[in-house]
Amino acid sequence: MEALILTIIATSIPLLLAATGELIAEKSGVLNLGVEGMMLSGAVGALGAVLWLENPYYGIIAGALSGIFMASIFSVFTINFMTNQVATGLGLTIFATGLTGLAGAPLVGKTIPSLPKIEIYLLSDVPLIGSIFFKQDFVAYLSIAIIIFISFFLKYLKSGIILRAVGDDHQSAHSVGYPVKKIRWYATCFGGMCAGIGGAYIPLVLTPHWSEGMTAGRGWIALALVVFASWIPWRIIVGALIFGGITIAQLVGQARGWPIPSQLLSMMPYIATIFALTMISGRLTKNNSVVPSSLGKPFFDNK
Amino acid sequence: MRNIIIIIGVLVIGTVGYLFYQDKAKVPVADKESSATKVGFVYLTTPGDHGWTYAHELGKQMVEKHFGNDVKTSIVENVPEGPDATRVIRELANQGNEIIFTTSFGYMDPTLKVAKEFPDVKFEHITGYKRSSNVATGNIRFYEGRYIQGVVAGLMTKTNKIGYIGAYPIAEVIMGINAFAQGLRSVNKDATISVIWANTWYDPVKEADAAKVHIAEGADVLAQHTDSPAMLQIAEKEGALGFGQSTDMSAFAPKAQLFASINNWGPYYIKKIEALRNGKWSTGDGPDHWAGNVWGGLKSDMLLISKFQNMPDNVAKKAQETLDGLKNGSINIFAGPLVDNTGKEIIPAGKSLDDGALWGMNYYLQGVDGKVPG
Repeated sequence: MEALILTIIATSIPLLLAATGELIAEKSGVLNLGVEGMMLSGAVGALGAVLWLENPYYGIIAGALSGIFMASIFSVFTINFMTNQVATGLGLTIFATGLTGLAGAPLVGKTIPSLPKIEIYLLSDVPLIGSIFFKQDFVAYLSIAIIIFISFFLKYLKSGIILRAVGDDHQSAHSVGYPVKKIRWYATCFGGMCAGIGGAYIPLVLTPHWSEGMTAGRGWIALALVVFASWIPWRIIVGALIFGGITIAQLVGQARGWPIPSQLLSMMPYIATIFALTMISGRLTKNNSVVPSSLGKPFFDNK
Repeated sequence: MRNIIIIIGVLVIGTVGYLFYQDKAKVPVADKESSATKVGFVYLTTPGDHGWTYAHELGKQMVEKHFGNDVKTSIVENVPEGPDATRVIRELANQGNEIIFTTSFGYMDPTLKVAKEFPDVKFEHITGYKRSSNVATGNIRFYEGRYIQGVVAGLMTKTNKIGYIGAYPIAEVIMGINAFAQGLRSVNKDATISVIWANTWYDPVKEADAAKVHIAEGADVLAQHTDSPAMLQIAEKEGALGFGQSTDMSAFAPKAQLFASINNWGPYYIKKIEALRNGKWSTGDGPDHWAGNVWGGLKSDMLLISKFQNMPDNVAKKAQETLDGLKNGSINIFAGPLVDNTGKEIIPAGKSLDDGALWGMNYYLQGVDGKVPG
């Protein structure tokens, strides 16, 4: 049972990180559908860095930088040139799939050392709870720290409230003097950084090798997760664990011969997302603040 | 004025005529160049250095080595199965390739479609079952390697639980599981196989998750019918054992890989190209139209077994005996009496399953848990 819980947590972490980053981008009004592409570039960057510098911690930094690089390409187009965000995001994923395939070609077939587990003194010896909460790798702790910080940031910090204002009504934010484009640049790059680290987690912990398209659609699940969490940070943890849990439950069910078709279980995360969307649209009539109102709309500052 | 027009006219006619003459004069030269047989290959992915497509790449290299300048190969990588494949195969035929190998199951219908447009070009489709007058098929008896895997797994397991990761519940994969079960039960009647379907040929993270689940559920020997080395890497990390797929994967798991079944397409490619050059190429209308005309295994060296490692000498010896037995025909994997895992008799003693029956498998034999989905 303990091993299964640990597997669920490990599977959830890339989703959790990528979704958190995307949440911040969307809160600022930028819909970046390039999450899958940014994750892939994070994965290839991390693997390259670890092979070169032989220390898995550099992989995290390299993953973050690769993600930021991809996000800044997206920002130049959508924020400065005001291109359509949906089309650019899809384009970014397609571009990154090709680019990472090319960049990763020399890395195929090489293995890297995994990220070590960090044991917290004494606490890690507590049965079950110890190995779940206090015997994880650096990125797992980091992702929880990011979520806690984000929740605090969006609610209590002035900069967080400005970010939300930009996402909710960019014209008003602009007219009271906030630099909309700059804030969106930062938010998108933060999203890229998180997606990059999430992608880096796949070769650093889950399967220590590179292969083309190895994220296999996890970026898209992260996008769904933001909606599922209805743009509330702590719900991403719940959502990621549910998504990860169902993925693993589906495999366990097969191994144990449960009489539920595995396809049905594979469907559950998506059904949950649709359900969440329905709930949100139902609530929209009462409380209009769930979806950032300027989400996906380009900002023209010459008006 | 008129003179100038006449002069220009003469010059133009002269130039055209000269070019025309040159073109004709060039033909024999061009012919000499093209005496090399042009061979095309369509790959599902970039070859990399492990797995399915890499095995085909090695086969292509054997062809180049064997024929030297007599053969000119061209490859197209990363071709998705579906309409894109049709375009790529047609392009290869247009470029004058005389024989084209399409190396994935999903190229079946695209290959047949293009073959109709180019009746003079020969096509070889790998792992398919549809043929036409200029489309032959080729496949490897992968299940023979899986029988040896079963024998080794049966001797190595301490928990008597084997974790198997399958791609899709199709006959190709199911016959592999059943062959594994036959090998397993030939040495260990207490061990059972638990199957997880990944519903993909390739998703390293999912394959790794499936491997982790198998180990958490108590399996200590893992087998796979998916393409990435992720399962072996997990086995290496968790101290379990496993088998490599398509190519030797010991670099990924030096302590966990017991052995790998290696796909060796070279001899088949060489045989078919040789036949084409001698004018003897055919689609070989043998009795086993299920598998096409070429379905070779250990006997014909289309399936090779890597070094037996990470196992005690007596297990390696038994594995070698099994390998020899399969090669000389003294072991018949699907010999009766065969009973499926619900107790129903498939065939009585004294009979054995033929190739057609293998391609119709939709049940598990004794030793496998659960039932085939769908």
